Amino acid sequence: MSSVEARGLTHTYSKGTPFERTAIDSLTFQIPAGDFVGIIGHTGSGKSTLVQHLNGLMKPTAGSVLIGGKDIWAKPDEIRALRFEVGLCFQYPEYQLFEETVYKDIAFGPGNMGLSEQEIDARVREAAALCGVADELLERSPFELSGGQKRRVAIAGVLAMRPKVLIMDEPTAGLDPRGREDILEQVGRYHRESGATVLLVSHSMEDVARYAKSVLVLEKGRLAMQGSVAEVFREEERLSALHLGIPQVTSIFRRLRAMGFDLPEDVFTVEQGEALLRPLLEGGRDA
Amino acid sequence: MRDITMGQYFPGNTVIHKMDARTKLLAVLCYIIELFFVKTLAGFALMAVALFAAIAVSTIPFKMVARSVKPILILLAFTAILNLFYTDGDPLFRIWKLTATWQGLELGVFMMVRIALLIMGSSLLTYTTSPILLTDAMERLMSPLKALKVPVGELAMMMTVAMRFIPVLVEETDKIMSAQKARGADFESGGVLKRAKALVPILVPLFVSSFHRAEELAVAMECRCYHTDRPRSRLKSTVMGARDYVMLALMALLFAAILFGTNRILWTFIPTV
Amino acid sequence: MRNEIHPAPMLETIELTFSYPGEQRQVLKGVTLTVERGSFVAVLGHNGSGKSTLAKQFNAVLLPSTGKVLADGMDTTEESLLFDIRQRVGLCFQNPDNQIVATIVEEDVAFAPENLNIPQAETAERVEYALKAVGMWDFREHSAHQLSGGQKQRVAIAGIIAMRPRCIVLDEPTAMLDPQGRQEVLATIRHLNREEGITVVMITHYMKEAAMADRIVVMDDGLVVLDGTPREVFQQAGYLEEIGLEAPQATSLIARLRKTCPALRADVLDEQEAAEAIAAVLREVKG
Repeated sequence: MSSVEARGLTHTYSKGTPFERTAIDSLTFQIPAGDFVGIIGHTGSGKSTLVQHLNGLMKPTAGSVLIGGKDIWAKPDEIRALRFEVGLCFQYPEYQLFEETVYKDIAFGPGNMGLSEQEIDARVREAAALCGVADELLERSPFELSGGQKRRVAIAGVLAMRPKVLIMDEPTAGLDPRGREDILEQVGRYHRESGATVLLVSHSMEDVARYAKSVLVLEKGRLAMQGSVAEVFREEERLSALHLGIPQVTSIFRRLRAMGFDLPEDVFTVEQGEALLRPLLEGGRDA
Repeated sequence: MRDITMGQYFPGNTVIHKMDARTKLLAVLCYIIELFFVKTLAGFALMAVALFAAIAVSTIPFKMVARSVKPILILLAFTAILNLFYTDGDPLFRIWKLTATWQGLELGVFMMVRIALLIMGSSLLTYTTSPILLTDAMERLMSPLKALKVPVGELAMMMTVAMRFIPVLVEETDKIMSAQKARGADFESGGVLKRAKALVPILVPLFVSSFHRAEELAVAMECRCYHTDRPRSRLKSTVMGARDYVMLALMALLFAAILFGTNRILWTFIPTV
Repeated sequence: MRNEIHPAPMLETIELTFSYPGEQRQVLKGVTLTVERGSFVAVLGHNGSGKSTLAKQFNAVLLPSTGKVLADGMDTTEESLLFDIRQRVGLCFQNPDNQIVATIVEEDVAFAPENLNIPQAETAERVEYALKAVGMWDFREHSAHQLSGGQKQRVAIAGIIAMRPRCIVLDEPTAMLDPQGRQEVLATIRHLNREEGITVVMITHYMKEAAMADRIVVMDDGLVVLDGTPREVFQQAGYLEEIGLEAPQATSLIARLRKTCPALRADVLDEQEAAEAIAAVLREVKG
């Protein structure tokens, strides 16, 4: 449960060469502790560069990052400790699996933290259970598992560090619908049970609307929009100017409002839509 | 990792770009051999001028070519220091039990320049030649070996695929390193053994994914009718033209200049011939 | 009503079963399917439904355990026809990086014609045709690794088109792409089918993508369980969700509302149609 703050955060690659490119430019935002934030934007909008700054994998070329109110680069030798506090799960995390057994792989992070055997064991089992990795899989080789299982093991490896801030970079990329649903539910559960601040990078407006409380929109390295889910998805025109959409259900309700029906604007999930429309449709003639 | 520029190609329309890849390959081979004959300041100056002229003609920014030396800077420094202290001769200065010599300084500097020019020369070849043309050139230059049952075609295909996947693997290594660092892996501290052990979390995933890639690539190649037992045609083939013969002649001249101009031993033989 | 010049359908499987060597489990359990010339068929299914295995049967990457596969009328077990089959029925995979053989775009596209020993002038023509067909002609001299995911996948498709196939089978061509890349690739596929007259079979787990086909074949557990036009198939949204497929929010909302309000039109494909369907009933209730 740490707050996340960026002040004028900027990163310029290959500074001073003909290949100079500013990936993120003067980002300033504040995420309160315990929030669930969706980060949306195109490939190349700077999302990946941003998240790698938040756990100190990249160093800003200007500006600063504050976790729990403290500048993370104030003491550069403590940057490794920060990575246990801010857990970052990359895209396609199954490519980081390397140990002989699932158990050992999940234990890699906690082991690097220098915890006792007992503590490591407790964390591995907790994270495995949270991610739906069955006990009998723990002694198997991670390379024998299916794609979806590997993904869950890799995520468990990050959760086992019990990060206070959890950053997930497109955790569902390449999975089928069932796999996607599972992973997002698990992230949601970690958020509820640990109270951690969660940042979810996603291309799916539906997923962001369903799980996040607030949204950051990046465009060409700059912060284009920031606000609650309702505030951001209300601005369909601005989003579509950025070639981003809104959830389909939200769009259906906007269309219905345009046709003159008195319906609320901030509807994002199928469940919400169903609950609102069902009573109004009562009495519809049988076809 | 991103500094590795090997195997990159910068398309262009200069004489150097248009030259037959076989010519360029032979010229670079020739240049490398010459580098090992050079033993004087004048000789190195001549070699450097020849390379800089070629770089200028190719319009590749000099900075790009120079950058190719970056990954081996440590190796260069190491060779220079070794030469500096382990060459007998007139003492220059002493540190602890080691004596640096003037001769060592000369040898060290020459060795550094030699390796730097060698790397830059080879980089210019890959920067100005598309990988396919380069492997084609190797295949054609080696084609006499087919008679000895050397699988020249297959070797060339391996080279093509290897060059295609260099940037892919560099990127992947980068990603895996970041992912393990995010789990607290430490690659920077500790002794040799600890550092070697720290490589396991990088190498294992890299191998696993490479095998996986190889498998997928093999199927994809088969789907595109790849085979090794029948002739294959070529999209691009170049014919040796005037510029190629001029280049080869220039290289021969440079060779002669190096041999006769800078190598005193050979000078002494000349009158007796 | 088969064309007289081309009496056989483009692809045909007859009672096709398949198990991987050394494994008991049948991945395909008797698939009988016909793909007509010039059609655009989407094969929908979750991971493990057998859809990717089916794709590999169409051009003899895998061979039937029992039953038969006819590609452009040719039996895929006929070894002497292997090259003909692979030329007529091209296969494109999920990960574009693992299909591109040569560093430079045009050289990669030339790979198949070179393998077929097509003379140089014609190879050049085919490369131009293929790169123009996928809209990547301007990138012909670029390095593949500098391209975006969507661009790489279009190059991979061009590499297949350069064989001048009559049919192209795509195995989850968009699974690893961002929304923009997905749009590019789908537009390319539609163009190949509509303008170039190439038969398309697209394997996917996105119902939204399947909606653009003429016909959807749904697979579950090694069998074809639904087969019809997108409208016909989308009416079964509830069933599709049961077998692990995710209906777009619009389809899902309508399916849920129809449980108590059967008057709603069932065969909606997008948000506009859903809004209209709901509006029709709302007006009726009011009126």
